[in-house]
Amino acid sequence: MLAGSQNTKVANTATAQVDLTKVKPYGDTMNDGMTELAFTLPVPYGEEASEAAKLLVKKMGLDDPAVVYSKDMGGGFTFFIVYGKCQHTVDFTQIKVTKVETDVMDREECGRYIEENIGRPVVIVGASTGSDAHTVGIDAIMNMKGFHGHYGLERYKGIEAINMGSQVPNEVLIAKAIEVNADAILVSQTVTQKDIHIANLTNMVELLEAEGLRDKVILVCGGPRISHELAQELGYDAGFGPHSYAEDTASFIITEIVKRDMVNKKPL
Amino acid sequence: MKSKLNLDPAQIDEARSCAARIASSMQGFIDKHSTVSTERTVLRLLGVDGVDDVDTPLPNVVVDQLNNAGVLSKGTAFWMGNAMIQTGLAPQEIAEKMSAGELDITKLLIADKKEIEDRIMPVVAESLKVIRTQTEAREKYLATIGEGKRPYLYVIVATGNIYEDVVQAQAAARQGADIIAVIRTTAQSLLDYVPFGATTEGFGGTYATQENFRIMRKALDEVGEEVGRYIRLCNYSSGLCMPEIAAMGAMERLDVMLNDALYGILFRDINMQRTLIDQFFSRVIIGYCGIIFNSGEDNYLTTADAFEEAHTVLASQFLNEQFAVLANIKEECMGLGHAFEMDPDMENGFLYELAQAIMAREIFPNAALKYMPPTKFMTGNIFKGAIQDAMFNMVSVWSGQSLQLLGMLTEAIHTPHMHDRYLALENASYIFNNARMLGEETEFKKDGLIQKRAQAVLRDANALLHDIEKEGLFSTIEKGKFGGVKRPRDGGKGLAGVFMKDQDYFNPFIPMMMGGAK
Repeated sequence: MLAGSQNTKVANTATAQVDLTKVKPYGDTMNDGMTELAFTLPVPYGEEASEAAKLLVKKMGLDDPAVVYSKDMGGGFTFFIVYGKCQHTVDFTQIKVTKVETDVMDREECGRYIEENIGRPVVIVGASTGSDAHTVGIDAIMNMKGFHGHYGLERYKGIEAINMGSQVPNEVLIAKAIEVNADAILVSQTVTQKDIHIANLTNMVELLEAEGLRDKVILVCGGPRISHELAQELGYDAGFGPHSYAEDTASFIITEIVKRDMVNKKPL
Repeated sequence: MKSKLNLDPAQIDEARSCAARIASSMQGFIDKHSTVSTERTVLRLLGVDGVDDVDTPLPNVVVDQLNNAGVLSKGTAFWMGNAMIQTGLAPQEIAEKMSAGELDITKLLIADKKEIEDRIMPVVAESLKVIRTQTEAREKYLATIGEGKRPYLYVIVATGNIYEDVVQAQAAARQGADIIAVIRTTAQSLLDYVPFGATTEGFGGTYATQENFRIMRKALDEVGEEVGRYIRLCNYSSGLCMPEIAAMGAMERLDVMLNDALYGILFRDINMQRTLIDQFFSRVIIGYCGIIFNSGEDNYLTTADAFEEAHTVLASQFLNEQFAVLANIKEECMGLGHAFEMDPDMENGFLYELAQAIMAREIFPNAALKYMPPTKFMTGNIFKGAIQDAMFNMVSVWSGQSLQLLGMLTEAIHTPHMHDRYLALENASYIFNNARMLGEETEFKKDGLIQKRAQAVLRDANALLHDIEKEGLFSTIEKGKFGGVKRPRDGGKGLAGVFMKDQDYFNPFIPMMMGGAK
């Protein structure tokens, strides 16, 4: 208690202020650590199963585990919803995340930027590559309609966007990039089971390097499991994860063209 | 039945006859052609199975040899029947000798066509008997242990390993599922052969193989007997091997199969000529053995806007219905697809979804309508996702859908975990039970939002069908009128596998199956 400082209401205790060097989950009181979990154990339903769930949650670092719900799923499986109080903390002041460092411009600003700084059409080819049959990501970024009120690259002034769809072999995407003399290549990966996207994305970089094209194009990947950090590790210029829209990609590409002096680039 | 949506029956009839004319003009093209996959299907039905020493399926070995010799236009039934006469061997033995390089069936003496047909018909009859036995087994199960109430609760398994799929599928059945679909490994639709044997590795799904079908069928029969409810098995008769997989499904008693040429054209970039020809034979097989086919109109709405493009779904349903009529499929086996995919932020979106779902039911009163869950606007917020799925379930029970592919609250995150499926089943069972008679108890305000929406979609679909009739189906697809996806007539995968039939060509299964042979 901060003695005498606040007489009329319940005083803030010292712990009510967040300590950014020791952050833990917040339920309804600072530092209560309240965490909810849902999982299935391959054991038959019963008191032993609930006990097993509690012990496991404790080992995960949560105090006072409470099994609030358990359900027999048949065949020797039990589903649990468990609450517990997290014992661990993180130091928020020491967190570093690699992000795409571009000021995001909206569609019209992008159009003006291209007109003023590039002065020629920016050509972007994109595809969902390899065996990936999902076009939802590449369509959201490239197609006229875009996604969730964010128009796609096809609608951008000064951008020529070519969406090759799904299941495009990396070789075919590169051939198209050469044919249209692309400034940037967008690779979309939705299926990530057994890390198939990593193999596919890596193969793309290897092919571009073998063709001597890697430095001559801006290479960008995107998808629900893609982060900028992962993209950079794999040899991409940028990676866009969930909640990215066409303007994020476009802003990165057009500023990169200027930054890398690609305005007057030679044919690939 | 009086229309609750005040739909004009004359307009429905007009749209339906227009679709019938489009389908029938397309049938003229289909009847003149066959494909490598159609021919491999004939071989499979004649009992050719197995692989060579480099894992090439024997049906492919035989068709490739005939194709390379430039004689495939007479059809595999012709060559196989003739080889049986000249060698005295069975089709499987002939295929094995061809694979070993010990026999060239194009170099044998050629018998009279009538004699060839007579030689092959007993094998055809035997094959149809196998299929008929399976169909009767399904009928017997339905008559004895029965089935779940409609809308059937339809869930997917997708582990990549058929044995793991069995564990998930049996658990789902115990939790209330009526239909289990085994999702295929990504890109299987683009393989121009069907892999062989039990498989334990796949990406985003499990290979469709005849052995995998057999393993899952057995597992579902077991669990069906345990829970006292027939559990239907679903797989994909789509892609480059449409009819082959339909034949395998018929032999292994699948109950539901995804089957839609338009889907393959638009979303898998399969050549339109190839897949429409393939679709015909696959639907003849499906119709013969009482499999429910599922068309893929719901997918249009994952690329195009669900509100603006609703009429393309309805137009495509009319076409799929008429293509099914031409293949002799019963109305109750027509699983025409549609979906709940409007942006959740849209004001009154629920009312529009309801209008469209009831419209589909009124226009196709006896069809096994397949209703697909929200996917496009699922965000990873599983808590909101559960509500989106609940809204979808509410529309379904209200409008009397038949096959309800359950939405997963973890859609957009991962292929379903065991408890995701359980939560989906619980969600649907709760709502279906709690609102069972809602449809019977409600009517809609005359000229209100709901009636007007349904009327507008029907009007636009009718207009689109008339455009297609004028333009031709191939050119309509070339112009991107479905799903906003453009596909050229000679583009896409699989065109090389299409050929014109020779005058000696025959496929003995089509007339037998269309005639409902016992």
